[in-house]
Amino acid sequence: MSLRCPEVTLAVLLFAALAGCHREERRFSESLPASTPLDSVVQSDIRPGGTPLPHQPDFIYETNAYAVSQGKQLYEWFNCKGCHADGGGAIGPALMDDQWIYGDSPQNLYATIVEGRPNGMPSFGGKIPPQQIWQIVAYVRSLAGQVRKDVDTSRADHLFTRKSEQSMASTEPRASSPPPQPQ
Amino acid sequence: MSTVQLQDKRALEAVWADPPGFMGWLKTVDHKRIARRYFVTALVFFALAGLLALVMRLQLARADNTLVGPDLYNQLFSLHGSAMMFLFAVPIMQAAGIFLVPLMVGTRNIAFARLNAFSYWIYLFGGLLIFVAFVLNIGPEAGWFAYVPLSGPQYSAGKRTDIWAQMITFTEAASLIVAIELVVTAFRLRAPGMLLRRIPLLVWSQVVTSFMVIFAMPAVMLASSFLISDRLVSTQFYNPAEGGDALLWQHLFWFFGHPEVYIIFIPALGMVSEIIATFAARPAFGYLALVLSLAVTGFFAFGLWVHHMFVTGLPPAGMSFFTAASLVISIPTGVQIFCWIATLATGGAIRFTTPLMFVVGFFFIFIIGGLTGVMLASVSLDSQVHDSYFVVAHFHYVLIGGAVFPLFGGFYYWFPKLTGKRLSERAGKWNFWLFFIGFNLTFFPMHILGLEGMTRRVYTYGADTGWTPLNLLATIGSAIIAVSVIVFVVNVILSLRRGAPAGANPWNGTTLEWGTSSPPPSYGFADLIYVGSRQPLKITPLAYVTGLPTRMRTSLATTLADARPDHITPDPNPSIWPLVTALAVTVLFIGSIFTPWALIWGSVPVTIALIGWFWPTEKQARDLQACEVKPEEGRAPRLVEIGP
Amino acid sequence: MHSAINTAGPRAHEIAELMTLFTAVCAVVYLIVIGVLIWALLRKRARARLASEAEREIADRKARHVITWATALTVLILITLGLSDFFVQRSLFTPPKDPLRVLITGHQYWWEIEYDHPDPSQRLRTANELHIPTGKPVELVLTSRDVIHSFWLPSISGKKDLIPGRVNTEVLIADKPGLYTGQCAEFCGLQHAKMRLVLHADSPEDFEKWRQQQLQPGREPATDTERRGRTVFTSTSCVLCHSVQGTDASATVGPDLTHIASRGTIAAGTLPNTPDNLAAWILAPHRMKPGVQMPATPLPPDDLGALTKYLASLQ
Repeated sequence: MSLRCPEVTLAVLLFAALAGCHREERRFSESLPASTPLDSVVQSDIRPGGTPLPHQPDFIYETNAYAVSQGKQLYEWFNCKGCHADGGGAIGPALMDDQWIYGDSPQNLYATIVEGRPNGMPSFGGKIPPQQIWQIVAYVRSLAGQVRKDVDTSRADHLFTRKSEQSMASTEPRASSPPPQPQ
Repeated sequence: MSTVQLQDKRALEAVWADPPGFMGWLKTVDHKRIARRYFVTALVFFALAGLLALVMRLQLARADNTLVGPDLYNQLFSLHGSAMMFLFAVPIMQAAGIFLVPLMVGTRNIAFARLNAFSYWIYLFGGLLIFVAFVLNIGPEAGWFAYVPLSGPQYSAGKRTDIWAQMITFTEAASLIVAIELVVTAFRLRAPGMLLRRIPLLVWSQVVTSFMVIFAMPAVMLASSFLISDRLVSTQFYNPAEGGDALLWQHLFWFFGHPEVYIIFIPALGMVSEIIATFAARPAFGYLALVLSLAVTGFFAFGLWVHHMFVTGLPPAGMSFFTAASLVISIPTGVQIFCWIATLATGGAIRFTTPLMFVVGFFFIFIIGGLTGVMLASVSLDSQVHDSYFVVAHFHYVLIGGAVFPLFGGFYYWFPKLTGKRLSERAGKWNFWLFFIGFNLTFFPMHILGLEGMTRRVYTYGADTGWTPLNLLATIGSAIIAVSVIVFVVNVILSLRRGAPAGANPWNGTTLEWGTSSPPPSYGFADLIYVGSRQPLKITPLAYVTGLPTRMRTSLATTLADARPDHITPDPNPSIWPLVTALAVTVLFIGSIFTPWALIWGSVPVTIALIGWFWPTEKQARDLQACEVKPEEGRAPRLVEIGP
Repeated sequence: MHSAINTAGPRAHEIAELMTLFTAVCAVVYLIVIGVLIWALLRKRARARLASEAEREIADRKARHVITWATALTVLILITLGLSDFFVQRSLFTPPKDPLRVLITGHQYWWEIEYDHPDPSQRLRTANELHIPTGKPVELVLTSRDVIHSFWLPSISGKKDLIPGRVNTEVLIADKPGLYTGQCAEFCGLQHAKMRLVLHADSPEDFEKWRQQQLQPGREPATDTERRGRTVFTSTSCVLCHSVQGTDASATVGPDLTHIASRGTIAAGTLPNTPDNLAAWILAPHRMKPGVQMPATPLPPDDLGALTKYLASLQ
């Protein structure tokens, strides 16, 4: 389903316009979504009853353009680029693709950032305040095309490395196991 | 004027009247009705933008005030500026042109009448877009001139700036269209005998303005299109890291932005000339000097734009050129002021009516603004007061004093012609004095605030700055302005209901619009006359025009320089296609805020609408034939002389 | 002090003098023009005589003369004003000899300051509060990390924009010691209103003393509470954005805090630097400056107290 289809675009337009209220809010002290307890982090796609990942409830940060754009800024400031590059991955896995080792839901991503993960992902818990972690989570999801196009950020004011998040295709998240080898 | 009547008024009314009811209202191409719409819409935007300013002033009345937070305040001043500049000032001056230029040059309708209707709808939809967006929290937030990178993709999240940039496309398209119509009307549809040196000063001011619009608007459309495309499809126009330049925006915008303020100001100068001439009971002194000054001002206005960028670190030698240009442009304006004073000094008994009071207010206020402008022309002085409240004071003095005061004077002057009723003179005097006092109380202290270090676009300030007393004074002044606007609105409403009916020429004016009834009938003038002087109403016309087809709408096109009858052109009938096309264009423009594909599939309805608009009909073919000049068949426009 | 009229430096003096000249000339012009206007509006006696055509001709010819002379006078006045502006501009744009160079980078919503020096060990970084020696020209090298800002200290000199992708320069010279303030003068976002600038003009000896102190690494904590505070600093979110020379904290996202206690204000010049304000700022910056980039850092009260004590010790 791409934006080339007029009906879809029309629907997106209408929805986008009416959703303007929430998309455009600039909230400086945010209510924090509940984070995930450790035992529900998905680490393997071997699961009784089949493989689809559980349906995730609405994540308010990723329908808010300001939060996603702040997340993009923090991605740069806290040097996520050092391992994940501009989303394409280097020492760390790519964030722009559809492979999610530890789950793609906002709660999973939050847990990943807070706890750290084997093979080099540092634990940022206690270092990055929760609100900023949620903003980064929203941005990471936008890298993988999980965020609505009108909320997505556009190009940054630096060297042009890849298409903007707005122009990326949405991907269906798939669990990935075992984790891909470092490049 | 002679009472000889060659045309059958009923036949004219049958041809020129709009269809009845709501459909007639939607389909009209009558320049007078469309001008009325423009006036009402622009005044509504003026009132809304003024309310935004009132909220800003309430927030700034006290230090560390918490009435409005930074996000809402940023939207308030951005929308106030954008609405005042794009939705009020330029459209209302053009509306004055749409109403007055055809009447003053003695023709029945404006050129390209359906395009005129289209321009109104586009303007309305653009204005609605930005105000509805504001209510939905998607209002502009980066100021009315939206510097990049703040308005760029990285620092302005969401769709706010995109909607603002697209609103510009709407309003500039409407302005360009009206400018083209006005130029063609003034150059090719004048009454026979209206030589260039007999054209009224207001028409000249509208012509100069229209040429300025034609050259300036494309620059801002380019700038805003680059911005939309940077934000939507990752172009790099304003990205220094990829070879773009943040200053490119400023150059493009101010190349438009400086002429823009003259676009707002020059039509007001035309109004001042007309009002002074009428109430000093003599033709304006120095006709040639006044016309040349208008043209020179309009031309030089394009050479000043860098004075908005004096602190961006440009080379000093280059900036000196713009200092010189900014100083020089005050000379033609000075010449005009001297000519007007001479008119007042050498005229007959001066009648201090409300229109003249507003014009006198213009002198008092605008000249201060012009002189602070001379100060701002200096790079060194500007380096202190740029982007401070001193500049806010300056531009309100020149815009309100130089454009809004003459505009109000023009309202009081032409309201009888527009509506057939007279506005109350007593309420008018209250209106004037409240506005004059309130304005000075609001904006004069801002000169001092700027020199004391208060910067623009601040949602609050600390008590330790010492800026509180003057801010409080400014807020009180703004409340007085609000009262004066209320007085004006009440005056208009009551006069429409119970005002004294105005005759054709309540002020004893000498230009052609006063030669027809108030309000003019749908056909404008019963008879098209030959214009023999600069004050065509002071002498009995020497000749009338006959030989025009009577059963269809026509205009008489005359030659450019000496206004000899040239050919007859059919005038459009009422049509729904301008509205339909405007709706299609609106869908295309709004769609392209969200996705570039809208440009592709949005063109389909626009193409369909344009095909509907331009589809050649049998009636059109017959009308064209009927307009052909065939002297042997008695079908030729000719002048019929009237005996002594 | 932040007034373009009450000036404290030779550059601002020159501009203020030019402003006085312009204002005086403009005021006289205004009074004359308005005076003539009022005369024109109110003259009654002569009107009856202007009824005839010949008299009108004479009046018009007189008016033409007056207007020609008035226009010539206008041109002369504008040339004079233009020339006086030219001379001031030439003086202000002459590059200073042997200035002290300071690199200033604008951020949303704080000023990053680095004193330049050919010897890298003599370069010092600070934020938001600038110290300069009196009587010596200081050349500011201005750029921005994000959007356009503008550096303006009205009592000292005119303003200059900080534009990303460009490097601009401005010169400051202070006459006498004192405290001068200004604020960002180009709309830069949500907290543009509270992006203040503080200038301490010190006597050359005081300046050198300040400079030597600033070149020292962060003061070692002396008490247990301060030590605990340093641990809090380096183990929570502070270390992701701020730096204190001499510790592991070396991030450059936010202001350098090595000598934060030596500054009179925090939060870009908007809050007095007191322990209470510091604690409130750390807990919830958005309460004082909604939209600021610094996040809320919820710390337990003991940790917060220790952290504040540590920061207060960083003289």
